[in-house]
Amino acid sequence: MSARLRWRKFVSGFMLTMTGVCALVAVSVLCFILGYLVFHGGTSIGWNFFTKLPAPVGETGGGMANAILGSAKLLFLASLFGVPIGFFGAIYLAEFSGSTVAFIVRYAADLLNGVPSIVIGIFAYSMVVLPFKHFSTLAGGFALGLMMIPITLRSTEEFLRSVPNALREGAMALGASKWKTIATVIVPTAYRGILTAVLLAFARVAGETAPLLFTAFGNRFWSHRWNEPTASLPVMIFTYAISPYDDWHRQAWASGLVLLGLILAINIVARAILSRRSAVPRS
Amino acid sequence: MITFLFAASVVLVTLLLVFELWRGSALPRHKFGFAFFRTSVWDPIFDQFGALPFIYGTLVTSITALLIAVPLGIGAAIFLAELAPARLSDTLEFFIDLLAAVPSVIYGLLGVFIVIPLMRLYIQPALKSTLGFLPLFQGPAYGVGFLTAGIVLAIMVIPYIISVSREVLLSVPRDQREAALSLGSTHWESTWKVVVPFARTGIMGSIFLALARALGETMAVTMVIGNTPIISASLFSPGYSIAAVIANEFTEATGDLYLQSLIELGLVLFLLTFILNGLARLLILVTSKRGSETALA
Repeated sequence: MSARLRWRKFVSGFMLTMTGVCALVAVSVLCFILGYLVFHGGTSIGWNFFTKLPAPVGETGGGMANAILGSAKLLFLASLFGVPIGFFGAIYLAEFSGSTVAFIVRYAADLLNGVPSIVIGIFAYSMVVLPFKHFSTLAGGFALGLMMIPITLRSTEEFLRSVPNALREGAMALGASKWKTIATVIVPTAYRGILTAVLLAFARVAGETAPLLFTAFGNRFWSHRWNEPTASLPVMIFTYAISPYDDWHRQAWASGLVLLGLILAINIVARAILSRRSAVPRS
Repeated sequence: MITFLFAASVVLVTLLLVFELWRGSALPRHKFGFAFFRTSVWDPIFDQFGALPFIYGTLVTSITALLIAVPLGIGAAIFLAELAPARLSDTLEFFIDLLAAVPSVIYGLLGVFIVIPLMRLYIQPALKSTLGFLPLFQGPAYGVGFLTAGIVLAIMVIPYIISVSREVLLSVPRDQREAALSLGSTHWESTWKVVVPFARTGIMGSIFLALARALGETMAVTMVIGNTPIISASLFSPGYSIAAVIANEFTEATGDLYLQSLIELGLVLFLLTFILNGLARLLILVTSKRGSETALA
């Protein structure tokens, strides 16, 4: 073997090993994040964390019950607003629209998807907070719902499009109307995919903090009405992490663990739903 | 017809968003004009608003992030697409997708309690003693600052680069690899001189996508950048970014001019990410189209 060839083989082996190292580093970051969160959060999580209100400044103890409920309310509102628009919009794109309209809608959705979350917050502020003159759960839900629309829309459309045309034609040939075809044939065929899309959108906004800062704001007590500001887990993590109190830091770790656990669980479930069996029969 | 209304509302909402940002920033646009982007005084008391330090901070942290994330991300993507068996590649991709789903506030949390102490105690002193002659690595080691924000951002955008680059590399037709190998090139040479150039535009797309993410990232940056509106050549210096200043000052902004200046910053951020996202999508589209065309021919 000539020296040149040996050198080339060495370079090849070395560089390919380096790519393996890169992949290892990237994946080990996730293991590290999870490990560290479980280690730090696990020791400070307890029954109180889920049932008590935050303790007054200076006292130790307390929990994040209001933030957990607040997050649930925000996500409920967001889904109520974002999922139908995304879902029905996708049906329009996949089943009805001409190419020009579809292009415009898709373009708008992609644009919306790329908007930084803090800018979504500004938009929700001027649309909901200013007219009501009040930070509110409603405004936070609006902001999060807005972020769910493009994700739901684009992936639902993909899954609807992958339903084979033979099924549409079959239903039509049996005399079903367009709507009947969509409701009883196409959507049920693609439902796994659609469910995955909705779950992923849900998981994506569950951890969003920036749009909530000046819409849902924050609250150290229970939020009783929809037009009152409310606490939420991500915002609590932010405020607690940058605070100077050790006890608050512990609680930030605990809420980080709860939030990340929730989000990763939804992600895994969503992917499992999709991969259990191919969502759409191959034609 | 109902579905049309829902689809139309998506377009409507997007237009409304642009309009609100434009309308909401009327005051500073008229008062400062282009000086808004050129001056660096941010003084709410005297109603002087210049965005330069924030634009600088956003650009510097994003570029630092890319310098770290691009080699790592592309290296990992090459491993996943060219080297790893399909089973392993898919498993790792699954973990990388999960990494992309971790919310930014969690990265911020880890940044505050792990990266900042690490930087202050080990990395910054080490950089200073080895590369301290460069203006980039001078000044006191606070822990917070441009470099720290860049590193946290890099960790956040690596999953995006890996995912998209892997897809693009996998779409390179098999003949290309086989032709290179049959001409006697080593595995690495076929990868680096044939496959990667073929996928170049798509990989560029993934980088732009990552850049757009980094520019708009709020929480993690706010928590580690130091929140001080100064322009400094040193990466150790604390700074500020557009998204961070909006997050910190929006609820406290008194007076219309102050609030509207923040909204104008939002508009700037929107336009930046809009342009980058458009470019990214175009590049990715061009590559995957080229791949499928060559495969057919």
